[in-house]
Amino acid sequence: MIRFLLNKELRVEQQLDPNMTVLNYLRSESGKTGTKEGCASGDCGACTVVLGELDGDRIRYKSINSCLTFVSALNGKQLITVEDLKQGSELHPAQQAMVDCHGSQCGFCTPGIVMSMFALGKNITHPDKEQINEALAGNLCRCTGYRPIIEAAEQMYTDATPDSFALEQDATVAKLREIQPRQQAELSDGTKRSFNPTSMAELAILLQQYPQARLLAGGTDLALEVTQFHREIETLIYIGDIPELKQISVTEQQIELGASASLSSCYDTLNNDYPDFGALLHRFASLQIRNQGTLGGNIGNASPIGDSPPVLIALGAKLVLRKGDQSRTIDLQDYFIDYKVTDQQPGEFIEKVIVPRARGNGEFRSYKISKRIDDDISAVLGCFNLKISNGRVESARIAFGGMAAIPKRASLCEQALTGAPWTMATIEQAQAALQQDFNPISDFRASKEYRILVASNMLTRYFVEIESPEVETRVTAYV
Amino acid sequence: MSDHKKKTSYETMLELTKQDLKTGVGRSVKHESAAKQVSGEAVYIDDRLEFPNQLHIYARMSEKAHARITRIDTAPCYAFPGVAIAITSEDIPGIKDIGALKPGDPLLVEDRVEYYGQPVLAVAASDHETARKAAMAAIVEYEELEPVLSVEQALQSNHFVSDPHSHKRGDSAAALASAKHRLSGSVHIGGQEHFYLETQIASVVPTEDGGMIVYSSTQNPTEVQKLVAEVLDIPFNKVQIDMRRMGGGFGGKETQAAGPACIAAVVAKLTGRPAKMRLPRMEDMMMTGKRHPFFNQYDVGFDDNGMITGCEMKLAGNCGNSPDLSDSIVDRAMFHSDNSYYLGDATITGYRCKTNTASNTAYRGFGGPQGLIMPEIILDEIARSLGKDPLEIRKLNLYGDEGRDTTHYYQKVEDNVLPEMLADLEQSSQYHQRRREIKAYNASSPFLKKGLALTPVKFGISFTATFLNQAGALIHIYTDGSIHLNHGGTEMGQGLNTKVAQIVAEEFQVDFDSIQITATNTEKVPNTSPTAASSGADLNGKAAQNAARTIKQRLVEFAMHHFKVTEEDVEFRNNHVVIRDQLMSFADFIQLVYFNQISLSSTGFYRTPKIFYDREKASGRPFYYFAYGAACSEVVIDTLTGEYKILRVDILHDVGASLNPAIDIGQVEGAFVQGAGWLTTEELVWNDQGRLMTSGPAGYKIPAVTDMPIDFRVRLVENRKNKEDTVFHSKAVGEPPFMLGISVFCAIKDAIASIGDYRKSPAIDAPATPERVLWAVREMQQLQAQQTVSPVAEITP
Repeated sequence: MIRFLLNKELRVEQQLDPNMTVLNYLRSESGKTGTKEGCASGDCGACTVVLGELDGDRIRYKSINSCLTFVSALNGKQLITVEDLKQGSELHPAQQAMVDCHGSQCGFCTPGIVMSMFALGKNITHPDKEQINEALAGNLCRCTGYRPIIEAAEQMYTDATPDSFALEQDATVAKLREIQPRQQAELSDGTKRSFNPTSMAELAILLQQYPQARLLAGGTDLALEVTQFHREIETLIYIGDIPELKQISVTEQQIELGASASLSSCYDTLNNDYPDFGALLHRFASLQIRNQGTLGGNIGNASPIGDSPPVLIALGAKLVLRKGDQSRTIDLQDYFIDYKVTDQQPGEFIEKVIVPRARGNGEFRSYKISKRIDDDISAVLGCFNLKISNGRVESARIAFGGMAAIPKRASLCEQALTGAPWTMATIEQAQAALQQDFNPISDFRASKEYRILVASNMLTRYFVEIESPEVETRVTAYV
Repeated sequence: MSDHKKKTSYETMLELTKQDLKTGVGRSVKHESAAKQVSGEAVYIDDRLEFPNQLHIYARMSEKAHARITRIDTAPCYAFPGVAIAITSEDIPGIKDIGALKPGDPLLVEDRVEYYGQPVLAVAASDHETARKAAMAAIVEYEELEPVLSVEQALQSNHFVSDPHSHKRGDSAAALASAKHRLSGSVHIGGQEHFYLETQIASVVPTEDGGMIVYSSTQNPTEVQKLVAEVLDIPFNKVQIDMRRMGGGFGGKETQAAGPACIAAVVAKLTGRPAKMRLPRMEDMMMTGKRHPFFNQYDVGFDDNGMITGCEMKLAGNCGNSPDLSDSIVDRAMFHSDNSYYLGDATITGYRCKTNTASNTAYRGFGGPQGLIMPEIILDEIARSLGKDPLEIRKLNLYGDEGRDTTHYYQKVEDNVLPEMLADLEQSSQYHQRRREIKAYNASSPFLKKGLALTPVKFGISFTATFLNQAGALIHIYTDGSIHLNHGGTEMGQGLNTKVAQIVAEEFQVDFDSIQITATNTEKVPNTSPTAASSGADLNGKAAQNAARTIKQRLVEFAMHHFKVTEEDVEFRNNHVVIRDQLMSFADFIQLVYFNQISLSSTGFYRTPKIFYDREKASGRPFYYFAYGAACSEVVIDTLTGEYKILRVDILHDVGASLNPAIDIGQVEGAFVQGAGWLTTEELVWNDQGRLMTSGPAGYKIPAVTDMPIDFRVRLVENRKNKEDTVFHSKAVGEPPFMLGISVFCAIKDAIASIGDYRKSPAIDAPATPERVLWAVREMQQLQAQQTVSPVAEITP
């Protein structure tokens, strides 16, 4: 049985298909058709809804793609849809601003855009252009060209009076307290089932009981198996109700990120130590995806084009895997064995990711190349982490995504650099070595030749950025 | 007159009649659905309440690009509980082909598969997922045939959907032979997925007369009516199409909406149950046609100044597997292969190539953009070869006075505002200063390079199939003075309903809010043309105006008779009627009219004057007028990766006397960004089996919020009415600004050209993806390296 608030109304669900997405729950089960399906793959944002989550004595709001979220993830939360914003005949400021700025044309993307703006406004009183772009990068509009939408986001709170959600916050907080997950929840339609354990111990038991179960964290990739590839997942274990798995802690030596901490919740910590990691996270899918998606999930699905593994490998991250009450720590790079094959054993799960602190951990840069700057999958992602002292390369960790069947280090390239003088001549040798490291494929994102050339050119960019920081090297610096 | 209503004093009314109507023509009235759209209350077809026994349909797509079907067995479909029916071509009661003008588009494959993704059979079940599973369980066997997948292959083997056609002026061969300079080349121009946010959908309900009520997301209700009637073998009058709004169209719902509607109608007919067919995104992208990719070749002669003296172009449109609208689309590419320029002696030939891909179709600009980009590419080449600024060459070649004012299809270019507009934009965008700044930046920036381009657009307005230039409307005034308005156009976000209501508001001098526009419906306005060719407001606005004036004439005549006044004594002003020194609210006046037994309802009709075209002779006046625009774009590219960003865009666009400036600016901005997307990140990729690999938004990248220009300045030309008698002297705006996006393509090329000191225009196909940009950069770098080793003589005069 899962419990959540559908805006203000308590919903208790026991017999639901656990493969049901929140989008279908709204449109088919609840008769709420304001939320639209544009792609059912988390790429267009038309289905954006907002989740309210208890954070101490206040509520934190986040935009998510309802098409990629299974219903079990609603447990203990408040689900807000576009229908909930208008009070009587009065539009919410986010809605009114869209009307005033002529921000809707065909109107089909509009509910999603309104919800992204609503979440933005709840979290940031006066968002700047960059924050607005970030909030809306996952909402495609084919009609307007976006200018009026950005204007609407800029002016939606200029006469900030508290909205109905602010006025009713105390009551909502009380309701959310009431339904906080305290014990394991379960959902089933008779054939498929899902569990929401609330502790690692419960999770470990479930995994022993159901070794074939699929772990559900953000679900931003797993849900595609259902919505795009039409598979049925018989047993799901949702790990988002386990507080231990969401913890983020920072010590002198390292950053520890719980496997189910969302990518957006990791942002501040990682950006603080590694600004290029932060910059990458800004372009990592969309905010909706980052609000749901997790580092653990991005690692666990072992995609050759996941954006976080190459970064983490270049930084020398470690992975803590757990089975029952046994845990083991491995280098992340050893986790990936072959295309979609990992070192994870049956019954094992990712507990956390450990990233060394920046101090003394080299000059880190990461370069994401994609057709579109925002909300696109990398053609190539190159991550460079070199320690340079006294004009020599002391050590080099270089990892790529999109260049092989797994996220992988450029070993020959690293060898060519290690110990060599820090000069362009060395870079050229390293570039030659890099050609031997990888044999990428051609696909619709990029040709093999382009991948190789771009990967190689990244070394030039890295050298220039370290040696001549005044030289402009990134078009993404223009915002 | 109801007694309980509060009476307004004479003085108040008098005061009001002195004020202008605030929601009439020329005002930035909000989109009529805006408040409903932002609150989720606007109903799209998939949001409609479902009928208790409604069926959901899924069509199984072909998994071969070209094959003979040797066997279809739908028996396994029925093993799934909830399946009502599985249909194949054999089950269609009437005509089995839904080709728009010529056959070639079987509703379901008959025996031969022509593209990967073609619907082979359809299953209707109690829910969509069951229908899908059942459809996938059917047995389909193929005998594979050799597919033709590339436009070049089709062109070489004369594999056409219809015959080539030429426009000719003078002796282009002689002009080329005697030209002082000559350049030739070829370029591939990519297609484009419409990516309307709402995918194709139709919902159909059988009626007691054996007919159908069809809710269809279509730009062309009359065509859907015709085709539904034909596939069911029933008269048109038994089929009603209802279309309230589309979640985007862009041309993609001109012919392509008919498929789901017809399949759903067949299912509804055979089962007697309501049926809905909505395409999931991937199926939509694989099954339906797109903008035509083109392979264009050119040969151009010019003088020392860079003036074109002769030109030959071969424009080969990739039509996909069937004619659809390709005859007109390739014609429009040919009509626009001059863009804004006098081409001298010219021969323009269009080829309609047949390939085993989805049948390409209408898309904003309708082939125009694929032709119009050619002179921009050519003029860049000419400018680079002469060492001149491309803007100078563009200005030099613009249509001009007597002798240089006639197109290659013999239409005179009247009212050419481009020289003025280019001068304005050249100044307001600070073109020359920025050109200098960019050169300085490029000299000092080793990796990032900036580029600048200012390009014009001249776009012909009217359907080139002349008979389509007609429209109808229907107006009722109810006794409380509220107005019901219907017209033949369709609302897809472009604000057509808003504009037409403003026109009617202006005519009656009543508030916009007192006019209710309802769904476009074939029972209210029959025999409509598609809402396409930018013509929605031009045609339907005039038709509605005609209806309004018919009623208004009756009102005036009544007042003259009733109050014994002259025509000049009757005036409609800001929700009131002034009858000499009497004042009445519009509502009170209407009541009076009603009691005096005068009809308060009228149809309206309009057909475009002046236009004619003889295709045999390739001569005439296909366009009522031209719309103009110009854009100046600045980009920055990365020569290490090919990545780029649009920095600043200045646009000046001509909409005549704007009906609604906010909506027009929305169209200009939206079209520009869509046009820039077409030429930059939107890449369609098929594999060697003819399967579309970019079949979803994960792989096909339309512009996102940060792809908008960082600095975006859009202006409408002011105080410049359309000199033709269009509705309130406005101009069409849907398509023309799409081609302003070409300035981004040219600016990217300008940035690449900087690597070779602007001596050569880089060869780059569209779309200029980061990968293509990087290869062009490499080519330019290699060229530059050779130049520095062995400098060749400058070609400059």
